Amino acid sequence: MTRKQRRLTMIGGSFAVLAIAAALVLNAMRDSIVFFSTPTMAAEKQIPPGKRFRLGGLVQPGSLVRGDNLAVNFSVADGSASLPVAYKGILPDLFREGQGVIAEGSLDASGVFKADTVLAKHDETYMPKDVADALKKQGHWKDDYGAKPAAAPTQEAMGATKGASR
Amino acid sequence: MIAEAGHYALVLALGLALIQSTVPIAGARWGDHALMYVARSTALAQLLFVAASFTALVMLHVVSDFSVVNVFENSHSMKPLIYKITGVWGNHEGSMLLWVLILALFGGLVAAFGNNLPLSLRAHVLAVQAWIASAFYLFILLTSNPFLRIASPPIEGRDLNPVLQDIGLAVHPPMLYLGYVGFSISFSFAVAALIEGRIDAAWARWVRPWTLVAWIFLTLGIAMGSYWAYYELGWGGWWFWDPVENASLMPWLAGTALLHSAVVMEKRNALKVWTILLSILTFSLSLLGTFLVRSGVLTSVHAFATDPARGVFILLILCLFIGGSLSLFAWRASSLKQGGLFAPISREGALVLNNLFLTVACATVFFGTLYPMAYEVLTGNKISVGAPYFNLTFGPLGLALMLAVPFGPLLAWKRGDLLGAAQRLTAAGIAALVAMAVLWAWTWGGATFAPLAIGLAVFVIAGAFTDLAERLALFRVPFATAIARARGLPRATWGTAFAHAGVGIALIGIVCETTWNSEYIGSMKPNDVAKVAGYQLKLDGVTQRQGPNFREMIAQFTVSLDGETLRVMTPSKRNFTTRGSSTTEAALLTRGASQLYISLGDTNAEGAIAVRIYHKPLVLLIWWGPVLMAFGGLLSLSDRRLRVGAPKPAKAARALQPAE
Repeated sequence: MTRKQRRLTMIGGSFAVLAIAAALVLNAMRDSIVFFSTPTMAAEKQIPPGKRFRLGGLVQPGSLVRGDNLAVNFSVADGSASLPVAYKGILPDLFREGQGVIAEGSLDASGVFKADTVLAKHDETYMPKDVADALKKQGHWKDDYGAKPAAAPTQEAMGATKGASR
Repeated sequence: MIAEAGHYALVLALGLALIQSTVPIAGARWGDHALMYVARSTALAQLLFVAASFTALVMLHVVSDFSVVNVFENSHSMKPLIYKITGVWGNHEGSMLLWVLILALFGGLVAAFGNNLPLSLRAHVLAVQAWIASAFYLFILLTSNPFLRIASPPIEGRDLNPVLQDIGLAVHPPMLYLGYVGFSISFSFAVAALIEGRIDAAWARWVRPWTLVAWIFLTLGIAMGSYWAYYELGWGGWWFWDPVENASLMPWLAGTALLHSAVVMEKRNALKVWTILLSILTFSLSLLGTFLVRSGVLTSVHAFATDPARGVFILLILCLFIGGSLSLFAWRASSLKQGGLFAPISREGALVLNNLFLTVACATVFFGTLYPMAYEVLTGNKISVGAPYFNLTFGPLGLALMLAVPFGPLLAWKRGDLLGAAQRLTAAGIAALVAMAVLWAWTWGGATFAPLAIGLAVFVIAGAFTDLAERLALFRVPFATAIARARGLPRATWGTAFAHAGVGIALIGIVCETTWNSEYIGSMKPNDVAKVAGYQLKLDGVTQRQGPNFREMIAQFTVSLDGETLRVMTPSKRNFTTRGSSTTEAALLTRGASQLYISLGDTNAEGAIAVRIYHKPLVLLIWWGPVLMAFGGLLSLSDRRLRVGAPKPAKAARALQPAE
């Protein structure tokens, strides 16, 4: 095989693998990207039932109801709208009423958000970043939750935050 | 006083690094030996001063000097000594200091044991190391000084984040950094080669062991981090495709590719330009990882924008080094001589395929990690790219690569015989098919994918040992002869076999854990019994205990199997008063490679406690695999070939010791 043929084979092979990878990426991007919404945004966008998204906001005080067998119901509010959430399982350590929360799941036919994952930030002084940013955007920002970058958690703490709260 | 001494030592280290980054290069240009020798002494002195600085910070933490901001924010006088020490790198400033300490350590090792390198190459390598070091010293001194004082010292510290108060975290970051930063050596060698415009024999001989050392540490570091997440975070997950994890996975993938292309370069003198590029990319990904983790861009793009000092500084370092080295590459790479010819079906070809898959897999991870950030910056909308994306992209690429793994070592250099290799893999293929059939029959009607994946894993493991058996001519010659041959076999060959088998073993663990994991989640009262995977777990009771800096609620479970009591398990929940946060300490019961896992949730009004119990079949294989890979790496590192041929073999051998 000449140098030229060899090179052509290599380049051809590389392009084949790259094309496969690109196809995989595009395919995966179609299904596994999850958008973030607050209750207000969810109402505006009229997200259809069954479509997965991340719901963020504050746990409405007084809305938490614990049912049988670890079933939990609560509402997520962002100041102008709220959305009922149903979840079954163990809530993260730092889940509190009045605190920021992110739930991932989808709406059911009756408009209740069925969450399969609930995330709360591990450090009490933080609020989930998506929630904080969204609340700021909507002008419901009162406290300076986010203004503590000096104690930025380390690499491990951040990994932990995400996992611990699932 | 200690703080000021530490600060001063760091400033001196910066001064030395600045000298080291310029003088040796001038020396190399003018052919002045004395100037080139400056690199050696400055590198060693730099190591000394950074070590002094780091020691100072450790001492401040040990004596709980809360007049230092860093100690105040991350320590507590009641904290056990071990966590006072590990807390040093459990925060931003301290971990950056550890980063430069390890960088200086690697520089010092090259300086101390690089006597057999051509003088100008060594001068260039150490100068490039010093460029990186200078940038990071400046970063620490200007934006993240760990030695800052508080005007009116508080009496008590704010304590370390409780999830970090764990022995796994004592070892994980240093390991990871030894890996990350270790790749700086191959980077420096690559840049030095580009500056000099030539790659000589010493280059390849040097780059491979250093890459291997870094790779071993990174492998162990990632595995350890994953195991830590598994037992400390309380819900039994071991890999989340979190950006922080991806930040360490990307250099590992690129580093693995580099390891394989360096073999081609060393043996066949081919793929030179590609190896240089990979060296640059691997370290660039390490820098990117540092940027992602350290700039706060992950916590929030918003936080990054409001406190830009650190982020922008690291971003500058990132652009400077990646941009600079890639431009240098674009400018000089064409002047490097092309290497030997080989057919596409050959050992070289197989290694190219390996590189192709690893780099493309790395690219998909890169894309999935950075896309949400880019999307938010461009459109303002927030998205998250979760585990499904990575499973759908990284998964198929990884599995395809694994199918090819057993073939590589069986192909000859230059021109291989694919059919011959396939014939020799018949036994491995049959083993894989049998494994598939047995599993499929056993789990009839269950998962279809899992038996296939496990079959593939068996193929990889059996394939790895087919290569060994072929070389030993096992079963064809008398057993004693085979043993004698085994002794004579290069250690690198053993290393390859173990490392490849490790990949297969990890895959078995991953598939078993994800497919046949059984769990029980519910609330239990004392004397309640939960049944998971045939085990009976009875909650005996709940007790309270006071720890050094926390209060602990301990639940006691008696585990029995078929009426026979096995052991008592005691998961607990710790409440750290200073930070007001709690951690879940899971209890683990190991049975062979499988584990029972209990973690606790909240207690409700009636005294029932929320409990999560998992049975994770063969879960330990997930980490035994990487350990086996690292062991293979170590065997390969001890290979004669890497020492012989160097003018001073004894010295070179000692240079490899830090790995052990």
